[in-house]
Parts: sequence; structure tokens; C-alpha cells
Amino acid sequence: MGSYVPSTQDQRREMLQALGLTDYRELYRDVPESMYLDRPLDIPQGMSELEVRRAVSAMAGKNKVFPTVLRGAGAYDHYIPSIVKYIPAKEEFLTAYTPYQAEISQGLLQSIFEYQTMICELTGMDVSNASVYDGATAAAEAAGMCRDRKRRVTLISAAAHPDTIATVRTYCYGTGDELRVVPAKDGRTDLDALKEMLTPDVASFYLQQPNFYGQLEDAQAAGELVHAAGAMYVMGCNPIALAILKTPRDCGADVAVGEGQPLGMPLAYGGPYLGFMATTQKHMRKLPGRIVGETVDSRGQRAYVLSLQAREQHIRREKASSNICSNQALCALTAAVYMAAMGPAGMAEAARQSMAKAHYLADRLCGIDGVSLKYAGDYFHEFVTVLPKQDEALAALEAAGILGGLPLRDGGVLWCATEKVSREELDRAAAIVKEVCER
Amino acid sequence: MKLIFEKSVPGRGCGLLPACDVEAVSLPAGLEREVPPALPEMSETDVSRHYTELCQHVHGVNCGFYPLGSCTMKYNPRIDEEMAALPGFTAVHPLAPADATIGCREVLDTAKRYLCEITGMDDMTFQPAAGAHGEFTGVLLIKQYHDARGDSKRRKIIVPDSAHGTNPATAAMCGYEVVNIASAPNGCVDLEALKAVLGDDTAGLMLTNPNTVGIFDDNILEITRLVHKAGGLCYYDGANLNAVMGVVRPGDMGFDCIHMNLHKTFATPHGGGGPGSGAVGCKAHLAPYLPKSALLDGGDGIQVRGFFGNFLVVVRALTYVMTLGREGVPEAARNAVLNANYLMAKIRGAFAPAFDRPCMHEFVLDLGQFKKETGVSALDVAKSLIDYGMHPPTMYFPLIVHEALMLEPTETESKETLDWAGEVFHKLADLAREDPEFMHNAPHNAQIGRPDEVRAARNPVLRYRKA
Amino acid sequence: MNYPAELKYSKSHEWVKMEGEVAVIGISDFAQDALGDLVFINLPQEGDAVTAGESFGDVESVKAVSDLICPVSGTICAVNEDLADSPESLNSDPYGSWIIKVEAITDQEELLDAAAYEAFCAEEG
Repeated sequence: MGSYVPSTQDQRREMLQALGLTDYRELYRDVPESMYLDRPLDIPQGMSELEVRRAVSAMAGKNKVFPTVLRGAGAYDHYIPSIVKYIPAKEEFLTAYTPYQAEISQGLLQSIFEYQTMICELTGMDVSNASVYDGATAAAEAAGMCRDRKRRVTLISAAAHPDTIATVRTYCYGTGDELRVVPAKDGRTDLDALKEMLTPDVASFYLQQPNFYGQLEDAQAAGELVHAAGAMYVMGCNPIALAILKTPRDCGADVAVGEGQPLGMPLAYGGPYLGFMATTQKHMRKLPGRIVGETVDSRGQRAYVLSLQAREQHIRREKASSNICSNQALCALTAAVYMAAMGPAGMAEAARQSMAKAHYLADRLCGIDGVSLKYAGDYFHEFVTVLPKQDEALAALEAAGILGGLPLRDGGVLWCATEKVSREELDRAAAIVKEVCER
Repeated sequence: MKLIFEKSVPGRGCGLLPACDVEAVSLPAGLEREVPPALPEMSETDVSRHYTELCQHVHGVNCGFYPLGSCTMKYNPRIDEEMAALPGFTAVHPLAPADATIGCREVLDTAKRYLCEITGMDDMTFQPAAGAHGEFTGVLLIKQYHDARGDSKRRKIIVPDSAHGTNPATAAMCGYEVVNIASAPNGCVDLEALKAVLGDDTAGLMLTNPNTVGIFDDNILEITRLVHKAGGLCYYDGANLNAVMGVVRPGDMGFDCIHMNLHKTFATPHGGGGPGSGAVGCKAHLAPYLPKSALLDGGDGIQVRGFFGNFLVVVRALTYVMTLGREGVPEAARNAVLNANYLMAKIRGAFAPAFDRPCMHEFVLDLGQFKKETGVSALDVAKSLIDYGMHPPTMYFPLIVHEALMLEPTETESKETLDWAGEVFHKLADLAREDPEFMHNAPHNAQIGRPDEVRAARNPVLRYRKA
Repeated sequence: MNYPAELKYSKSHEWVKMEGEVAVIGISDFAQDALGDLVFINLPQEGDAVTAGESFGDVESVKAVSDLICPVSGTICAVNEDLADSPESLNSDPYGSWIIKVEAITDQEELLDAAAYEAFCAEEG
């Protein structure tokens, strides 16, 4: 219906005439006749805004939205403060390009500088980039920055998110490097196995905290093993948990990464999300992606610019360590607004409540005949249960508007609770499971 | 402007969560954080005003003309934003059961069908989150194809010297040796140079057409034929698809796979640097190698990020394509090309096009001679445009043109805007002869003067620390 | 532009000074001027083997990166680590700012004397 072309038909003719042309085909004189599309595209006719609103809304209406979400596994349903939606929707933030022109991008550059600082605060690290695509790619980029000429092998814990393992494996396939998976034992990384696997060719080890099963790892002990072997230590962290959990820096991490979605981004069927990535001063120049730095302008005022650009693909080309050019700036802004609105106390409260509610739900579920925790270790806001009549129980929950835990390929159901669910909702979920299991 | 941390007041906050209604649980000993993160402590008013102040110092497409070459800064329709904000999409968990996600899959399937038709491809993935990410995925399709055939001697990817920096960086990330070939004097692929490097070690060619100087390579069928004859595959960098969508299809040019920047061609906003979406399309022979999700699909396919990619960006792009439809898609492309040619004609006389011939959706000015005559550089002109409320063009790219300014007006600018922009360029050409010093010091009316980038790089200050 | 007569130069704009069996290597005044303000240097490690005509590190300006090409083959016996903190001294004092020293030299590129190098730069400039 429209193409958002403002020039009128008369104006378009005028413009063609000014170029000495009569027809659009002449603009494409370099396109050989044989491949010039001589038929209309086989897609529907254009629509008015009202029609397209109806059509796309109808698609959204075919999804089922669960008022209660007890499923996480890499995508977490935290409460999003109202203001978090409004700030990134401001048209200037929304429609600008990457801030190459510092003179007319100070607001954007400053927002990224503030985001970098917040990520440093959360992780305890010295330097953060302006973000990467998501948690899985952040892990893969981190593995890349740790490799050098002599150390090429990457280790990753089997208790990391399966998508993260697969993504790191894919990036390793690209460069022709090897990925070795350190086995898990009782839902946690097997540190004895790790110690054995830390050979002199190992560049880095990736540990997820809390891990895919929700279990809290002995991250510090793992870090000590990794460093004793001369390798680099990468931790993938849940950013909400970091409000109360020992920082990756204090656990000895050289690189801290993670999935930033819990910081104010909706579930959104998997994206856009946010990969955060921070490191120590020592490894600053190896960090991929955009980085904003502070400087002064020609008048001596404080100013911000994209800095350390000589690391990047547009300058290093085939010698760049990564091809990344865009980041997830609007998601980074969302995360920054979230952290500013929540503040340190609010984030810690969200973390504590998530943990408390997960434990409450686990207690309720484990009070049901045949239901038990699969792993014995401490956990944050996710846990795995053995659940008889698993499919029936989850179906009954779904029928009641509750998205239950995720059935895992290796057995059991992975549950999650956040501050967003109330005690009543947890009681109701447990009652439904009890009804099915004890039927 | 004060930093958000400089506005923080200890003890201030927003009061967003109720009291906990279940029993508290403590972290195991030794796992607690020692010092709380020094995040800002603010009221909601503080947060709102802070970011409103920041956004007033950002030039968006909504603020004015944004002819940033190769970035396709077209208008971002608001209906696309509204559709992407529907709770029926935003509240869907990526791991929700299939019967709860019918609408999301319809979005992905419909977008795939339309975009495959527009590009002449057979299958598509939306997992890549950006253009460079799409390139990585596309070249991995090529790599898997050769590997599956046991064709292990193909170690080289050919890239023209006019290419975006991501092309060689991507090839390197995929373990390939990059073979740069020089462009012909007209900015297109030099067929002899291509023939000279093709062989049984060629894995593929990465090309954008129209190319980075805004010219459609009329040898394209011969180029893809030569690469295929040598046993290589052809990768289409869709950065410049806006010039040709609905007019000529990469699939019909002989390309085997392609990435699109949904955030350029299909009008989804750039967001200050993302999120974008680098959808990758391919012909049937590469379809088995498209990425999968380990958690959703199991199996051993490649995977370039979690879940399905930047889904809400696909919702926006689909809304856009449905709005344009079969007539609107080529209409947009044709008017993008018309606008670029019209603007080039308006600027000619003030500044010289690097290739003085009709262009596609963008064109490059060469200020080499101008700089010799006036001392005023491409950078000076770019910075001077800021004082007129215009976003500068892409500077110093492509690398094959020195003192380059690359302009892409897009189809969503009116004749009036282009006439005005032409006048501004003429004014600056005159000013450069009258008062070059003034231009060396531009911009004069922006929030800041030119920043000291050397200082930023020599003494990196990359985070705030309380004094 | 300064071309000290006691040094030899490569066509990739590095200078070489022989101190007995050891080659001291830096970048020329012409090179630092062409590169502009240098902000970072990637240095090799002591003990690394280097090959004539190949890169042993790189230098960064704000908008460019350039390989440092080794004029001789041998083993690096010293690295000027001070440059990591003050790459700007390559701009202010290119001939006082050696980058590496190479020993056990087995091969070298064809090197120019100061006059020939100055003529070469005049052509390039």
C-alpha cells in the first residue's frame, strides 16, 4: 500500500526529467535484461496501516500468554519497571545509528559509558564493552579473546546452557580450534575432571554461575585450578544473581560474560537479548566489540567517543579477532535504565526474592509423593526435580495458565521462580502438580 | 551533562517490589557478594529526566536528514514498533510448548517465505543477530558444504578490496585465508584479477552488488559462473539490497547464500547500534547446514546464538514488508535509486563523484582534488554538515577512494529535502574557498567540538570511578 | 624529516642499527609522520623467532593499524617494554625509541643507506 516514499508522482517525474530520464528502468541500465525481474513479486499486495495492524495482531493472538511463568532455562520472567519500556522507545535512541559522529551523539555515547560502568560494578571487572549479541555469543567471543598462538583449546562445562555450548562449538569450528566439554557430576562441574583436562594447550575454561541446572558452582575453586594451569578463566553469570552473589572478579575470572535479558528485557520468544562482556585492565585490548571512552573536546569539555577502534574489523579487516561491529545498544540502554530504576537495593531484593521463591516452590513440590530434587547442591532460582507423570503435570499446569518447568533431555524438569510470582501462584502450581501425581 | 552516577543520592530509590511473601533463604557461606554494586540510586523522576536529557543530544532519523552511506537510514515506521510491542509477542517464552507459540512461528514462516521470494533463495534462518553475524553464518554454510564433500583443500575466500571490513574479518573467523583482489578502475570486480586467483583452493567469493561505490556490477553473471566453475560458492552481502529489492534478485545473479540487514533494508530501527537482524538465506543445496538450537532442536548443527534470534526485529520487518507488499517493495528500491541519482546531480559542481556515472542507491564523492585546492578535507566537510542539522555521510569509506564521502539518501526523503541538501553542499564548497579555517574547526553549533580521540586511545578511561 | 646517516633502512620504513652481532630495530621518522599520533603498540616477546620481511608486531593510530616488518631473521633478545606505556615516544623520538633487538641473525632484507632511503621516501611521499 505504501512504501513511505514522500515525493509525489509529479515530483518523481520531475526528478527523472532532471536526470534526463523518462522511466525507472533506465536507472537500472547496468542490470542485464536476463535477470531484471519482469514479474511482480509473489507476495501479497501491500496493506494500509489499519489492515496490517489487524493481520499482525491476529498472529500475536494465536500465541498463548501464560500469566504465571515457572520456566527459565536462559530466558527469565522478571518484573520490568514501567519506565524501562519508555526510555528506549524515545525516537532519538531508537532510530540513531552507531555513534560514529561524536559531536551529535553525546547522549548515546554517555548512555553506553554509563552502561559499561554498571556492568563493571555488577561483575567487579575493570572494563566492559558496549555489549554483544547475547550470552551465548559473549561466551564464544570470550573464548576467542583467550586464545593465543600456543594455547588453542577451549574448555567448557557440561553444566553450561546447551545453546552456549553449541555456539562456542560453532565459533571454534570456524577458526578450526578444539572445544572440549568438562563433564558434570551430580548437576555441577566435575572439578577433578577439570583438573585432568587442563593441559598446557588449554587457552580458557568457561563456567556458568549459577549453571544450567540452577546449581551454584564452586567458582573460586574452579578458577584456582584454571590459573594454576596457566589458562584464562571465563565466567558466565546471571546478572540478577550478581546483585548478591560473589563477583566473578572475586572468583578470579579474567573475563565475565552473561545473558543480560533479565535486566529489563521481555521474554520475546528469544530476542532481542543482550550479551554483556567485561574483563580486567590487563586484557582490555583483547576485548572485542565497541567500547566508549572518555576524553575532552576541542574546547576542553568532557566528551565521549568510540575508542580503541584499531582493535576492530573496519580497521584490522582480516586480522581483527572478531568481525563484530554492531552491539545491542538499545538493549544495553534498556539494561542501564533497569539497573538505574532498581538501584542496588532493588536488584538485591529481586535476587533474594527469586531465590526464596524458588526454594519455596521446591519445598512444595518435594512434599508431593514421588517428587524429589534431582541434584543435592545449593541452587539460586532454578532447580531440577524428578517428577512422575511429568507430561500430564505440565499439561495440567498449562491448562491453568501456568507455564511449568522445562522437561530436560537428560531427565527431570527444570523449574524457575522469580520475584514476579506470588506465593498464591506457587501454591496453586504445587496443588495442580500434586493433584496429577497423586491421582 | 552530568553522569547518572553523579546524580545518584544514597538511599533514594523507586519502590517497585512488594515485600517478600515467602520465607527468606540465605546464600551458602562464602558465596555472598562482599560489597554491593555501586549502581545509581534514583527516583523515577531522576531516571526519566536523566535519559530525556541524554536523548536530546542524539541525532536520530526522526531529527533530520541522515545520508549515512551503506547504512540505509530510512524512516522507521511506528506501526512496526507497536506490533513488536504486542504482549502476544513480548510475553512468549522461547521454550514455551509448540501449541502456545503458533503465532510466533507464523511470523517466522511468513517472513521467511516473503524474504526468500524477494531474494530468490530457498530457505532462511533468523538466528543471526546482525549483519556481520549473518556473514559469519553464511560463510559457515559454505565451509560445511565443502567439509561435507570432503573437499578440504578449499582454504581461500576471495574478497574485493572495496568490501566492508566485516567481509575479510568474517572469512578469517571461519578459518579461511583472505585473498583480496583489486577493483577495476570503474569500481567493479576486475574479471582478470578474479580469474587469476580462482582455483581448486577457492572456497568462495564474498560480494555485495550493487557494490560499496554504489554501482551494479553488470558482469555479475560471469563472476558467479567463474566462481562456480572453479568449485567455489558465492556469498552475497546484502548490505546494499535496498537498491534492488523487487527489481533483481541475488538468487538470479547466481549467489548461493545471502545475508540481509533487516535493520537497513526492511526499516527496523538501528537502535544506536543494535539490535539488528542478519537473516541468512540460501539455496536448497545449503539448507541442510542452516543453524539450529541445541536446546530446541537437539542434534549437532551449527548454532550462532541462543534460541531463534532477534525475534521482535523480525516482527518489525514482517510488518514493513506486509505494508509495502508486492508493489511497494520495488517502489521503495526504485525511489531509493532515483533519490541517490538526483542528489548526486544536485551536488555535482560542488564536489566530484568518485565515479561519474549513474549510481544505484548510494554514491561516493572524492574530495581528493578539492582538498588539494582548498585544504579542506572530507572530515571538515562532514563536520560542517552537522551545523546545518544534517548527519554527515560515511567518511573515508570505501578504502579505494581517498577523501571519500559516501551518501545514501534512501527513498524516505522528499524532493524538498534533497534540494535543500544539494544547496548545503554548494554552500560548503564556497565556504571552503572563502574561510577554510572555519571549516577546519567545525562543528560550531554542536553540543561539543571535535573530541580528542588520540587522548581517548592513549589514556583509556572506559568507566566512571567516584573521585 | 630526519634520516640519520649511521642507520640502514628497509623499504617498509624500519631502521636498523648494528651493535656488534645484534640488530636494533625501530621505525623511521617518515613512518611515524605518515602514521600520525600512535596510541598503541603490539610488541612481540623476547625469545620469539623473527623472519625477514614478516610482521613482528603492529602499531595503532586512532584510525589505522600498521604491521611492523622485521628487516632481519633471527631471535629477539630484547623488547623495549617502555613503549607499551608510551607509544607516543615513537612519534617524538623515532630514532631514540628502538622497538626490538635481534640476535643470531641468519638473513636480512636488502637495506638502503640514508641517502637512498631519503630518495625512496621522496618518491613515496
